[in-house]
Amino acid sequence: MQLAFTEQQQAFRSEIRAWLKANVPAEPLRTFDTEEGFQQHREWEATLNQGRWGMVTWPEALGGRGCDLIEWLIFEEEYYRAGAPLRVNQNGIFLLGPTLMEYGSEEQKARFLPAMAEGRDIWAQGWSEPGAGSDMAAIRSTAQRQGDKYIINGQKTWSTRAVWADWLFGMFRTDPESERHRGLTFILVPLKTPGITVRPIPQLDGLPGFAEIFFDNVEVDVSNRLGEEGAGWAVAMATAGFERGLMLRSPARFQETARRLVELYRANEASVSHDPQVREAVMRAYLDAESYCLSTYQTACRLSQGGKIGAESSTNKIFWSELDQNMHATAMSILGARAELLPHAPAASGVGHWLDGWLFSQSGPIYAGTNEIQRNIIAERMLGMPR
Amino acid sequence: MDFTFSEDQLLFQDSVRGFLVNEITPERLRAGWDTDTGRDPALWQQLAELGLTALTVPEEHGGLGMNAVDFVLLAQECGYVALPEPLVNHALVAVPLLQDLGGELAARWLPLAATGEARIVAAVEQNLVVEDAHVADLLLLERDGQWYALEQGQFSCERNESVDPGRRLFSVAVPAGATAVASGAQAGSLRSATLNRGALGCAAQALGLAQRMIDLSVQYTADRKQFGKPIGSFQAVKHHMANVAVRLEYAKAPVHRAAYAVAEDAAAAGLAVAQAKLMACEAANLAAKNSIQVHGAMGYTWEVDLHIFMKKAWALANTWGDAGWHKQQVAAAIFADGAALGAGATFQ
Ligand SMILES: Cc1cc2nc3c(=O)[nH]c(=O)nc-3n(C[C@H](O)[C@H](O)[C@H](O)COP(=O)(O)OP(=O)(O)OC[C@H]3O[C@@H](n4cnc5c(N)ncnc54)[C@H](O)[C@@H]3O)c2cc1C
Repeated sequence: MQLAFTEQQQAFRSEIRAWLKANVPAEPLRTFDTEEGFQQHREWEATLNQGRWGMVTWPEALGGRGCDLIEWLIFEEEYYRAGAPLRVNQNGIFLLGPTLMEYGSEEQKARFLPAMAEGRDIWAQGWSEPGAGSDMAAIRSTAQRQGDKYIINGQKTWSTRAVWADWLFGMFRTDPESERHRGLTFILVPLKTPGITVRPIPQLDGLPGFAEIFFDNVEVDVSNRLGEEGAGWAVAMATAGFERGLMLRSPARFQETARRLVELYRANEASVSHDPQVREAVMRAYLDAESYCLSTYQTACRLSQGGKIGAESSTNKIFWSELDQNMHATAMSILGARAELLPHAPAASGVGHWLDGWLFSQSGPIYAGTNEIQRNIIAERMLGMPR
Repeated sequence: MDFTFSEDQLLFQDSVRGFLVNEITPERLRAGWDTDTGRDPALWQQLAELGLTALTVPEEHGGLGMNAVDFVLLAQECGYVALPEPLVNHALVAVPLLQDLGGELAARWLPLAATGEARIVAAVEQNLVVEDAHVADLLLLERDGQWYALEQGQFSCERNESVDPGRRLFSVAVPAGATAVASGAQAGSLRSATLNRGALGCAAQALGLAQRMIDLSVQYTADRKQFGKPIGSFQAVKHHMANVAVRLEYAKAPVHRAAYAVAEDAAAAGLAVAQAKLMACEAANLAAKNSIQVHGAMGYTWEVDLHIFMKKAWALANTWGDAGWHKQQVAAAIFADGAALGAGATFQ
């Protein structure tokens, strides 16, 4: 055990810190749930890519830096510390990218990865359907093979950033006789294809952060299939698996929220001192965020020495999503009567972005597999309780 | 950055676990409750033969020269079986303290500590009662800002019965005329270091206790049937246990980091330990709460083994600094001007 960074790791930290200092936009970008903000974030992805900071964990040959998990965590720490923009293309870079590298043909990699890296193609995910939420194997949208085309019909929903995205990756039923996990195929679909209708769905903040997507005889070339026909479930599980934890929500994000929460508390200490639970909750936020960081480093070190991630990774999703919700709930208590005010309201001094964060934190226990589903997985696969 | 244990450390943990689980059965623990001292010299001898009493003693005094990182996984295993012998105090707390005190005292007692001929126990001001004072060949006791080194027979102790029949707790009076072995600023820094080690020992044992309660509950709920199925197949029961698993999972790394900070004598060891103890004891308390619930009335009985581990978990949460004390340490660190918080601060 040696809990200090190597010189090389420190140099890496200094390099990214300097680059971010020189390049992070002084004015915060608009949210990518607006058309203008989406465009700004797309440009930011291009800027990151020019500095070769877009996909640090990708191999060098593909424009990355071949970073290991510890360097990835360092990168994230600096990224959040610098207040750099959220990643509009996280579905592409963190989820589809690694899946393409594993399952894609050489032709597919050449076709999709550079455009993804440069921010030219922004990707949306298409798993959920009106009848298939937690029960993803209930997918009913079909892709019928006709020669070298698939003809897609059906509906996807809750697809994040699909309103302005360029592409969608998702699962469709290619074998109409099949049931559940069998007969599903992983297909990449350009969202501009005729027959596709994207209908924005306003979220809690009123902005169209996700969309439902209707497919009416949409023709897609067979070369857009990832993995074998009927083997989509395995490909999708690879996409959702490990990244769900480590890559989706790195500790830096929550440590920065905890830091800001301590600041908020100290700035408002006089007015909240009558509620000792607030102080307790702020401490709890710090403790949990630190523990999340420590555990992540421990897992990353274990994995980099050849260890395997097991069912215990399902604890991750529950831990960070509930931490995020609790931290924002605490911020709301501290803000008191100001908590409900939108930041531009005249009486909303010092409210920062807490309200946005609070709204978004409500979705954490739902997306990426609800926390109830995660608890089932922990009980059955990690603890071995009976089905 | 290498946040892993070495192969040797993991192998040692495995072999110690194997020994403890075989030897320290609930039946044996129960038998110990009715004996005079509640402690078993033959078992202590076996622990010594495994090298456990010598683990943290420096090599020049006949020990293995290991530290808190080497011992922390073993302390978890001690928790898993609710080991009654004062091994955690001896190896993790008292022996390092003896080293810090140094001089003739250390030269005389460390070799005896290594062979297991002497059981050394330490306690600080925060310990209202002293666990295992009655079997301590040497008691290192801090009272009123002074440290005393008291040999068995030189002090009187009065038993305090605990709800946990496995714990033997004593009020100890410093005999009149005893000379202090450390005082003033030195006593203060020894107290902090000792408290850190004691609290780390509780935290590590709490991890083991929580795991044991999970294991007992998983087993029980697989066997017990209601409505024609194992109760463990009901989601409400599963989620009780999943909640424990989540809290336990995220308490481990803080305990391991605290062990590292203690071993390195890091300036921030107090904060690391406070964090570890709060997280681990909270996980163990949740394990207790949810485990008794999924056991139904069985969990409320003397007969079922759950209470052995539950009561120890409750007790450890308030030993070597209760939650309030450790929260104060955290508060002092994070609410200070210029506190190192946020992304990238963890390993600074
Ligand atoms: C912000 C946000 C972004 C999203 N982005 C995407 C996206 O980009 N692409 C995409 O495909 N999907 C996306 N989703 C959808 C998400 O994956 C689903 O919401 C999720 O899988 C749950 O499905 P559901 O909403 O249909 O809820 P339901 O499955 O109807 O569940 C409702 C409630 O019932 C509980 N429940 C259901 N089944 C069980 C069970 N077996 N045991 C115990 N409890 C159960 C759930 O835990 C939940 O509490 C997004 C969702 C949100 C909120």
